[in-house]
Amino acid sequence: MDVNVLKRVPVREQEPKVRATNFEEVCLGYNLEEAQAEAGRCLNCKNAQCVKGCPVSISIPAFIQKVKDGDIIGAADVIAQDSALPAICGRVCPQETQCEGKCIRGIKGDPVSIGKLERFVADTAREMGYVPKAPEKTNGKKVAVIGSGPAGLTCAGDLARLGYEVTIFEALHEPGGVLVYGIPEFRLPKDAVVQKEIENVKKLGVQIETNVVVGKSITIDQLMQEEGFSAVFIGSGAGLPKFMGIPGENANGVFSANEYLTRNNLMKAFREDYDTPIVGGKKVAVVGGGNVAMDAARTALRLGAEVHIVYRRSEEELPARVEEVHHAKEEGVVFDLLTNPTKILVNEDGWVTGMECVRMELGEPDASGRRRPVVIPGSEFELELDTVIMALGTSPNPLISSTTEGLEINKWKCIIADEKNGKTTKEGVYAGGDAVTGAATVILAMEAGKAGAKGIHEYLSNQ
Amino acid sequence: MYRITKAENIADKIFLMDVEAPRIARSCEPGQFIIAKIDEAGERIPLTICDYNRETGIITIVFQVVGASTERMSWLKAGDAFRDFIGPLGVASEFVTDDLEIVKQRKYLFVAGGVGTAPVYPQVKWMRGHGIDADVIMGAKTKDLLILEAEMRAVAGNLYVTTDDGSYERKGMVTNVIEDLVVNQGKHYDVCVAIGPMIMMKFVCLLTKKLGIPTIVSLNPIMVDGTGMCGACRVTVGDEVKFACVDGPEFDGHLVNFDEAMKRQQMYKTEEGRAMLKLKEGASHKHGGCGCGGDQ
Repeated sequence: MDVNVLKRVPVREQEPKVRATNFEEVCLGYNLEEAQAEAGRCLNCKNAQCVKGCPVSISIPAFIQKVKDGDIIGAADVIAQDSALPAICGRVCPQETQCEGKCIRGIKGDPVSIGKLERFVADTAREMGYVPKAPEKTNGKKVAVIGSGPAGLTCAGDLARLGYEVTIFEALHEPGGVLVYGIPEFRLPKDAVVQKEIENVKKLGVQIETNVVVGKSITIDQLMQEEGFSAVFIGSGAGLPKFMGIPGENANGVFSANEYLTRNNLMKAFREDYDTPIVGGKKVAVVGGGNVAMDAARTALRLGAEVHIVYRRSEEELPARVEEVHHAKEEGVVFDLLTNPTKILVNEDGWVTGMECVRMELGEPDASGRRRPVVIPGSEFELELDTVIMALGTSPNPLISSTTEGLEINKWKCIIADEKNGKTTKEGVYAGGDAVTGAATVILAMEAGKAGAKGIHEYLSNQ
Repeated sequence: MYRITKAENIADKIFLMDVEAPRIARSCEPGQFIIAKIDEAGERIPLTICDYNRETGIITIVFQVVGASTERMSWLKAGDAFRDFIGPLGVASEFVTDDLEIVKQRKYLFVAGGVGTAPVYPQVKWMRGHGIDADVIMGAKTKDLLILEAEMRAVAGNLYVTTDDGSYERKGMVTNVIEDLVVNQGKHYDVCVAIGPMIMMKFVCLLTKKLGIPTIVSLNPIMVDGTGMCGACRVTVGDEVKFACVDGPEFDGHLVNFDEAMKRQQMYKTEEGRAMLKLKEGASHKHGGCGCGGDQ
């Protein structure tokens, strides 16, 4: 295989026109030859910057070396020391701002495709029947983990490897959290990837009890006093979807991205053989510019709609991963940038008919350092639509904080927890992920899950 | 899996089931609800809790067949099981957490319409369990659609039954009974709790507002997860948008925007209609013939 060391080995993808009509995975990943060629570009730096860019500090040059050697199981073992969910991270991490953003190759040319290599290792090892090593016996100490999303699964996996008896309590009927209800099939296949990684966590000895809404079915105090758990990790995720507060938002045809994605991903509304309905829409506006907005837009597109992303800042400020924006554009999503909705237009029966918007321009930088969008006077116009999807983020769910005595929250209603070890204001209770930080990324939740496992291990070792 | 220990057809298209769900039975309170999912492909269906037994771990649900999913649910028999049964969800009725001495001083009027009798029953039972006699109005279209009458009689103070067509006891709407009790008989109520079809709750609230009786209603909007995540169940209460699943399902009825809530309930009518047709088609194919019944 010919390799220009300055250029990354391109990864095969489904053709944009074809994939815009199906829910199959967009990116097809590397084969062994491609992976080894790409691995050959790694300089194996002594003071590897990529590892510093990784929230869970995977020994990146070491696993890439194993790929060069053709030892894929060996590579999987290296990754497993730090990550329980490599097939997922390889697909959804914002590598461009983490490991790949620090890669020395990136100074003159493309950085090494670390994400695609991680995915290759995880997928190939799984196909070869790879199972991460479980401890020989447990230490008899019980830990409860609330939520089976990326934070919970990571925390549970790490604690199980240390010998703890871990039970995850999941509120929904399927484990996986945002990996199952939020991120679509075409970006993260559920049966082939997510379920398999959850199976691997179970093989470490972790029990998962679904349909338990902690705060309602049982409280944290009951888990600790009545069910014998010595410590609890809260990884309950983000919460209630935000709306804009503009007129017409409760009209039929206005959805939160959470609802739209949950209907389609968790409840599989796109499949004829599932009962849950979805209003696909013919002309859809998605308000927002993050990964969730891109996911909702590309889902609506696949359900047959013309889709517009409506975002009040410019392309540069889009918070979504670069790859997601690129894919959305390729597939035909229209970007109405520097545009802000002011009112949703509704007919007599209560259905959406359009959206009134204004044009924006960028003014001085605000507290976040991003240039603040300002309304251009007299720029009002109408977009004709039948569906509006609000992808504006979430605010924390009060289910747990309001039912747990001594668990303090901050002014944004997020659970207060120490970043280093997940320690909350209640003894024996640790927390991490979106429940602590507000909506963020899968890998940051995993980092918090790892920190929580470390904190719980220290706490229980000193008892 | 959550085993069904009893399944009964208690009125036309209305079914009662006992389901083994010990975690829920241990922690639920009047006013809360559950979500049931029949099987892998099923919807998450929010249902009110009709009764619970902390010792046996049994939750009793009552539901009406309104679409394909509830139709499919009605086919389940004792010994079958739900794949998923989640709860308790929502906030318990206010009186559960209020100071009991204050609750005891209040005079309660419960108004139950149709299948809404099911969620009213555990509230009235709770009252009786705490030594409070509450007046109850039960309404149905016709005698055959009246449910849980004997059960309600056993726990209510005064029970007033009315049917729209006069086929049993009083004739007329529940609002006629409220007017009769308050205006003609001069009864005083501190709180009214009205649960039933949206249109009934709307008219009860218009009347109680006029009569000056604070009124609580229980809403059953469209939901997906039921834990606050999707926002499908949003409802306007006063100037605020609330999520029925985590802020409710019970709200101050005088502040609820019923017209908007009723429009939102229509959102999936087309899809539901299609699903019902498909289900009926499938069922008729199973039975052979075109489904018109001419072959039977």
